[in-house]
Amino acid sequence: MNILTISGSPHVHHQESVKKIMWSVVIAMIPMLITSVLFFGWDALRVIAISVAACLLVEWLIQKYLMKMPPTINDGSALITGMLLAFNVPSGLDWWIVVIGAVIAIGVAKMSFGGLGKNPFNPALVGRVFLLVSFPQQMTTWPDVAPLLNITDAITGPTPLNQLSAGIPMSISSLLAGSHGGSLGEVSAIAILLGGLFMLWRKVITWHIPVAFIATSFVFVFAVCAISPDVFKVQLESGVMLNALSMAGVHLLLGGLLLGAIFMATDMVTSPMSCWGQILFGVGCGALTVLIRLWGAYPEGVSFAILIMNAFVPLINKGFKPKKFGVKTVKI
Amino acid sequence: MRLKTFKIGGTHPPECKFSERAAIEELALPTRAVFPLGQSLGAPPVPVVQKGDAVKVGQMIAKGEAFISSNIHSSVSGKVVAIDDCIDASGYKRPAIIIEVEGDEWDASIDRSPDLKRTIHAEKEEIIAIIKEHGIVGMGGAAFPSHVKLMIPEGKKCEALIINAVECEPYLTSDHRLMLEKGEELLVGVKILMRAVEVKKAYIGIENNKPDAIAHLTELAKGYDGIEVVPLKVKYPQGAEKQLIQAIVNREVPCGKLPIEVGVVVVNVGTAVAVYEAVQKNKPLIQRVVTVTGKSLAKPSNFYVRIGTPTFMLIEAAGGLPDDYGKLVSGGPMMGKAVTSLDIPITKGTSGILLMTRKESKRIPVQNCIRCAKCTTICCMGLEPYLLSNLATCNDFEQLEGEGVMNCIECGSCQYICPSGRPLLDMIRTGKGQVGKIIKNRNVK
Repeated sequence: MNILTISGSPHVHHQESVKKIMWSVVIAMIPMLITSVLFFGWDALRVIAISVAACLLVEWLIQKYLMKMPPTINDGSALITGMLLAFNVPSGLDWWIVVIGAVIAIGVAKMSFGGLGKNPFNPALVGRVFLLVSFPQQMTTWPDVAPLLNITDAITGPTPLNQLSAGIPMSISSLLAGSHGGSLGEVSAIAILLGGLFMLWRKVITWHIPVAFIATSFVFVFAVCAISPDVFKVQLESGVMLNALSMAGVHLLLGGLLLGAIFMATDMVTSPMSCWGQILFGVGCGALTVLIRLWGAYPEGVSFAILIMNAFVPLINKGFKPKKFGVKTVKI
Repeated sequence: MRLKTFKIGGTHPPECKFSERAAIEELALPTRAVFPLGQSLGAPPVPVVQKGDAVKVGQMIAKGEAFISSNIHSSVSGKVVAIDDCIDASGYKRPAIIIEVEGDEWDASIDRSPDLKRTIHAEKEEIIAIIKEHGIVGMGGAAFPSHVKLMIPEGKKCEALIINAVECEPYLTSDHRLMLEKGEELLVGVKILMRAVEVKKAYIGIENNKPDAIAHLTELAKGYDGIEVVPLKVKYPQGAEKQLIQAIVNREVPCGKLPIEVGVVVVNVGTAVAVYEAVQKNKPLIQRVVTVTGKSLAKPSNFYVRIGTPTFMLIEAAGGLPDDYGKLVSGGPMMGKAVTSLDIPITKGTSGILLMTRKESKRIPVQNCIRCAKCTTICCMGLEPYLLSNLATCNDFEQLEGEGVMNCIECGSCQYICPSGRPLLDMIRTGKGQVGKIIKNRNVK
């Protein structure tokens, strides 16, 4: 006679697990990993390896010796933080700076709040912003693009965002493919979109945040450039001046906007729960990004925008609840 | 054409309808039948037989005296050996009437012929009286006394009758088989119910994973005025009353109200067939179709069972108890109850018996909530299960009520989808119980 298990319903489970979700995100980041190595050479792989190893080690040490709990580093979340942190820094970064970033990301931004699921801010972004304000020199030294495979005409020097503010000509095809200066992961729009589509298909993310984020940035830049075309003007390599529409398009492909909208802002832990909350969150991220880019002191504003919106998430969750069945919305 | 369905949330668990091709078989008589008194919602009925009494099949053995209560009839002939406490599906000891079976002698007034009786003679009040007398209750699982449901309250008007043939629970196939094998009886039953609530229109909602039943009933319904078969998109929990109403007539039943608020009465397929048998054949609710299923069962089946038959008899008839069983569920896997023993009797509300393997019986380890919002997206009542579960854990009942915990229909989708394996519904159910008590006390004051 076997013992019968008694438990409340439901008696079946979807078989989705935290581990599976996390590993899906890791798989979604593989195209970015490949393009970053293609464009920045083995140095990119070095930064990623150091960052991942440091994140895993810090989480393991804290769980084992400070929190005295069984380490859960194989759930993949520290791996994601490590990869995302690496994707958000330049490839020539010294190893010890990467390690400091990892300690801040995992130790301060994640574990000090209680670990997985408890952190209010995106750990990788906290690490990145900490490095940006602490090591501004190193964090904005963009190494020349040195493709392993000589598939494109490599351009050198500053990121397109710096070019944009300095008015240096650029080419759109290099933006799409990613053969321009920048952080590891943000350079290739195609690789990021590929990862995003995979996560959508795996239902790890929904469309709400990325679409709201990207659409808001697009409309905002378009509006600003249309209203005052003389203030923000850009010239292509061919000598053609960009109109407001292409200006808005270029902004989408620049810097970390796509990476932020698809991989960072969609982080489950630090984004709102309801659809409308997520849309508001995306709109806020987009608007803040453009504000910082066009009028702020930094050329890039995605990290700050997402972190600021992270802080609003509890408030958004309170204010934007899903519509309850059987409750009429009262019109005032 | 886009299939109809409800609007908020929902999911589609693997169907596992192993027994959908197994025709309904009549199960042999048990040697002893047990009738728990509290097998329908409302006040338990009072026994009208005593120890030692001889009873026939169809004889009333307990009478429901309260407004919401239902009569119980013996499904076997024999001798009452005890009126004693027995463990029922809830796991608690509850009073029950126990009958030792001798022969199979039916009450003479019951028409046992297989002939179909189409002509309906009974009128509105008479129909409801017969349904009450014959102890008909909702056979989808909740076992709410049908006569109470059919009595339209003063000032309300019923505009449409909806027959719930959704069977959205995985594994279960009893309603499906019933539609295929007793289609005509079902439709006459629907006609009787339409007369009872005075409507001209009835909809039979069937999910699209039963195309044979949809085709069969659509064909048959041509001979019956005002009955329309509505194919529905396959989505759990479409069989929930409020979701089904929204899917079919696009009306939203307000929180805390009954379907009649939007002019609808919903009745299960099995109940409609039972109503046919009661009104046309004078047969009380003493038999029902029960699906016996499970991944490790040799022969998943649908049995026509006498109420009061112990569960192990059904499992034996379905190929016997496999070695690695770990959980026995009365009902489907999403909303069914895990029971404590193989002796649990089949009651009026038992739609299925699901035997799960030891591996399936284990839950995945619980992890921190990663706020993935899957529970919020899936909730068909637009609630936030993660929040309700947290509030229940913190005993914050006031906020729990404010967040609408009482609207939860306990469909289990949130816990089913949670990647962290969190016991969301367990906590919500606990909180709901407490809030329910608080509301009750407040109303008394």
